[in-house]
Formats: sequence, C-alpha cells, structure tokens
Amino acid sequence: MNSFLNTNAELLITVVKIALLLFIVLTVNAYLTWFERKVVAHIQSRWGPHRVGPHGLLQPLADGVKFLFKEDPTPAGVDKFVYYLAPLLALALALTAIALIPFGPDPIRLLGHDVYLGIAPPDVNIGILGLFAITALGVYGVALAGWSSNNKYSLLGGLRSTAQMISYELAMTMSVVGVLLMAGSFNLKKIIEAQAHHPEWGIFGWNIWPQILGFFCFFVAAIAETNRAPFDLPEAESELVAGFHTEYASFKFAMFFIAEYTSMITVSCLCSILFFGGWLSPFPASWTFTHYVPPAILILFGLWVIWDGLHYETIFGRMILPVIGFVFAGLGATFILLPRVNGFIQAPFWLLSKILFFLFVYVWMRGTLPRFRYDQLMAYGWKLLLPLSIVNVIITSFVILAKMQWWGAK
Amino acid sequence: MVPTNYYVILSAILFGLGVFAFIFKRNIITIFMSIELMLNAVNLAFVAFSQALGKLDGQVFVLFVIVVAAAEAAVGLGIIILIARNRQTLNVERVNLLKL
Amino acid sequence: MTAPLLVFFVLAGLAVIGAVSLILQKHPIHSALSLIVVMVALAGLYLLLGAEFVAAVQIIVYGGAIMVLFVFVIMLLNAGVEEHTSISKMAGAPGLLLVVALAGLVAATIVRSTDSIQGTMQTGVMSSTSGVSNMIFREFVYPFELTSFLILVAVLGATVLAQREKS
Repeated sequence: MNSFLNTNAELLITVVKIALLLFIVLTVNAYLTWFERKVVAHIQSRWGPHRVGPHGLLQPLADGVKFLFKEDPTPAGVDKFVYYLAPLLALALALTAIALIPFGPDPIRLLGHDVYLGIAPPDVNIGILGLFAITALGVYGVALAGWSSNNKYSLLGGLRSTAQMISYELAMTMSVVGVLLMAGSFNLKKIIEAQAHHPEWGIFGWNIWPQILGFFCFFVAAIAETNRAPFDLPEAESELVAGFHTEYASFKFAMFFIAEYTSMITVSCLCSILFFGGWLSPFPASWTFTHYVPPAILILFGLWVIWDGLHYETIFGRMILPVIGFVFAGLGATFILLPRVNGFIQAPFWLLSKILFFLFVYVWMRGTLPRFRYDQLMAYGWKLLLPLSIVNVIITSFVILAKMQWWGAK
Repeated sequence: MVPTNYYVILSAILFGLGVFAFIFKRNIITIFMSIELMLNAVNLAFVAFSQALGKLDGQVFVLFVIVVAAAEAAVGLGIIILIARNRQTLNVERVNLLKL
Repeated sequence: MTAPLLVFFVLAGLAVIGAVSLILQKHPIHSALSLIVVMVALAGLYLLLGAEFVAAVQIIVYGGAIMVLFVFVIMLLNAGVEEHTSISKMAGAPGLLLVVALAGLVAATIVRSTDSIQGTMQTGVMSSTSGVSNMIFREFVYPFELTSFLILVAVLGATVLAQREKS
C-alpha cells in the first residue's frame, strides 16, 4: 500500500488537485451568479436577492436545488445523441480550460513532493496556445445545441452565435501576439516573469502599458467569444426567445450556464496573467512592507462584515455574518503572525484579486451597455478589431526590433 | 518508447479507411470529410518520421498541408453550396447531367 | 506495457473508431462529429511524438475552424440521411477487401524499408515552436509566402462562389 502510494504519488496528487479545483470552480460559479445579480441590481437602483440568506447569500443554493428538481423534458424530433452531447461538450471544454492556468509560482512541499498551484505543470511550453485550442473547440457546444433542437429559433441563434464566436476568435488570438512577442514564449509562467523584468517598476512594468491596444482588442473579443453582454444577441430573451438554448430545460440549461460563467472566469484569469502582471504585486519589489497589504485587506474586510452582521435585520444574519467576518479577519491575523505563510500567499492573493476585478468589470459592462445588433457585431469584429490587432502586432514588432538594434537591450 | 512502425501502420489504416469512405459514401459532404481524413493520415506519417529522424522538416510540412487543406475545404464547400442550390440534392449519383 | 505505449493504443483506438464511425453513420452531422474525434485523437498522438506546436495548430485550425465550416454547411443545407442504391451496397464488400489490401500494401512497404530507423527522442535543443518557426522563416520562406497567396485566392473564390445571384 505504501509503495503503491509512493510510485503513483504524482498521479494521486493530480487527481486530488483536479477534484479540489473542480469543487472550487463550481462554487465560484454559483457565487458569481449571486455577485452578478447583486451588482446589476445595484446599478439599476434596486436590491437584488436579499431574502434567501443574509444578503441573499443562500440564493445560489436555492437556484441549484430548483435546477435539480425541475422537470427536464426532451422535445420531440430532436437528434437524441447530439442533443445530449452539446451541453456536456460545452461544460467539459469550459472546465478543461481552467486546468492550464497556473495560480502561483512556488510549489508547496508536501510529503516529499512538489505540489504546484494549478493542475498543469509550470513548464507546459504551449500554455496559451493550448488555451486557445480549447476555446476554439468550444464553438461546437453552441452550434450543435442550436441545430439539434428541432426549432427554427434555436437554429438561427446557434448559427449566429457560431459565426460570432469564430469571427472574434481570430481577433482574440491576434491581439495576444504582441504580448507573446514581448515575452518570447507561450508559457504563461514566463509571460508573467517577463513582466517582472524591472521589479522596481511595480505596476508600471505590467503589459497593460505597452500593450493597451492589444488589451482593448483582447478584452472586447473575449467578451464576444463568451457570448456575454453587450454581445449576447444569440441568447437574448427579447430577440430569439432564448437563442440556442431555448429547448434546454433545467439541468442541461444549468450546464450551459456553468460553461458560460466558467469561460468568464478563464478569460478573467487570462486578462490578469497576460496584461496585468498575473501574480505580481503592484508595488515595487523593494517595498517589502507591502507584504502586509493582503492580510491588512483581509482583516479590514472581515471587520466590516462583522460590523455589518451585528446590525443585520434577521437573527440568522446576525449569527452567520459575524462568523464569516471572523474567519476572514482570523485568516488575515494568521498571515501576519506567520511570515513564511505570508510570503507564500502573496502571489495567489494578487492573482485572485485581479481575477475578481475583471469579473466585476464583466458584470459592470452587462449592467451598463446596450446590446449590439447582429450586423453591427460582425462589422465590429471583422472591420475594427482584427485590423487593430494586426496593427498592434506590427507596432510591437517594430519597437522590439528598434530596441534590439539601436538600444542594445533584449 | 513507441516504435515508428506503429505510427506508420496506423497512418496506413486511416488512409485506407479514408479511401473506402471516399468510394462508398454518397453524400458529397461526407466525401469531402473523407478527403480530410486522408490528409490527416498523411500528416501523422510526416510527424512520426520527423520524430524518428530528429529533424523538424516533417512538422513544417504538416503545417503547410493543414493550410492547403483549409483553403481546399473553403473552396470545396462553396462549390457544394452551389450544387445544392442548383440541383437541390447532395447525392453524388443525382448530379449526372453530363452522363451519356 | 509502458505508459507511452498504453496512451498510444488508447489514442490510436480512438482514431480508428472515429474513422470507422465516419463510414458507418448515416447522417452527415454524425460523420462530422466522428471526424472531430479523429482530429483530437491525432492531436494527442502529435503531443506523444513531441510535436506540441503542430498538435495545438491541428486543434485550432482543423478542429476549430475547418470542421466548424463543415458543420456550418451541413446545418445550412439541412442535409438529411443519405440513401443507398442497390449497386453501391453490392460494391461495399469487394471495395472493403481491396482497401484492406491497399492499406496493407502501403504499410508493409514502408515498414519493410524503415526497419533500421529507431524511434529516437529529439534531445530538445530548441523547443518545437521556435525550431519550426526558425525553419519556416529561413528555409521555407518561399513556400510560406506562396501559401499566403493560396489563402487569398481561396478566400476570394469562396466569396464569389457563395454569393447569391444578382437578379
């Protein structure tokens, strides 16, 4: 038994990591729906879910139970194999993309094996190309769902969404080429290390400053690729009933839903890794006192939640919210008291906060911007974003060449 | 280590299946897909030999084959759409106006 | 049975099953799905051979663009289940035998003539991506420019062919 564990240790560690990451991603998805409903509601001057638990925090649980118990009819005349395959494909591909993202640079030393944060090892030399490959395959979930539903509206929505996704996939891939030219590798860890080339520049060393055009193209193309507002015509309720997922009821619709939110998370991870320095702190590396900023933020957040909980209207809220706040504040205090752990969690903390920031921007755009019309959408992708990303590649390569030849730097 | 012969045999099997599909199937789109299958079988042989000989020429050629296959698929599917519009059928046996 | 050999047999089995399914399925959309399975299995085999850039390009271009084009056309043209005439059914059996003979001949010829090549692992001095791009832009730059012409011609041709008739 002991030798079996020793020889297959890597495999077992990977399996445990996969299970853990799946659980975390699904929970984040559930609370992302809560976050979206709350933020969009506050943008529209209303409250959003606030009855089901304290601040509506148990709403995702209620939604999950509803999805499980709702009737799941299969329409007549559908192509059964493709009808059942489409949501499975969408969900599987969306979740696979998370496996290629590194969440931290340093491994944890566990029972004699190095455990890296993130499922793929950090020396996957085609990191970002593999992510684009998985995104490219994600078109099938939508296309097959629209076709197999035996419904004209679904077919139209599926065709439109497929055309939209493959158009914006081009612009998305081209806009990242500038970053790849600057970093010299497809490896996500090396891209982040290239942004740490001048550690004393802090936030000014990130890729967002030289690649502002690339970031604009990438972010807009990624929003269109994930079929989110303002590019969500294929699934808009007022236009095409519900587009390609009209005929999908409770659990299969939930699978499409989870797939969409997971690709939102993947795109936010990519944005923060490629353009915003990944796990690098915004402060210069020489300011070591800023290592106390993450625990300070955690303690302040915990104290605010405790204060809010003590004044909450329901008894349940008055019991639960201080406990949550105490957990956060306790975490922050533990990090201050244990400097080694504090040094380790710096990288994941900054990466997670940037991911949260991009998720907020996604939801903010949904609440604020009106929808594109379909011909405007296609014109935007082909006539604006693709030429802009090509111009970005040309400008970046000229600047790199100039640096190499005249200023002698690499 | 997987011997190169295994890859070559697999490539030959896929090529043979592609030829069979090309001859036996009646739908023009399926015939096109069997052409893609044959091209893929050849790509596999290229990459296998590239690894066996330690050179990268095979992989470069695979990229060119993929590009040519993409161009051919685009034009071919355009022609298929025209045939479907004019003859209202996708069955190759029905497109026989030039037959004696 | 070492791990690479096991992975090879799984992926090879998947590719052959996909190819056989392409032949046996009646509806073109199921054949297209089987072909996608073949593409992904072949990409896995390229990864096993150490050609990671080619594997990624295979999935992005073949699996994510060309096959999407096929699925699109099948959906647009509302292709239905295909019919077989009696002649084609009779031609199936001898056709199969002849194709098996062809594949066997090709395989036997190559295997016999390459007995001396051992499968060596490339001692990765350059990774696949930088090596391949070095070759494309140095030795193969002329074919590279020609393929860009080819794609331009194909795009123009497809656009002209698929236009609606101006009445």
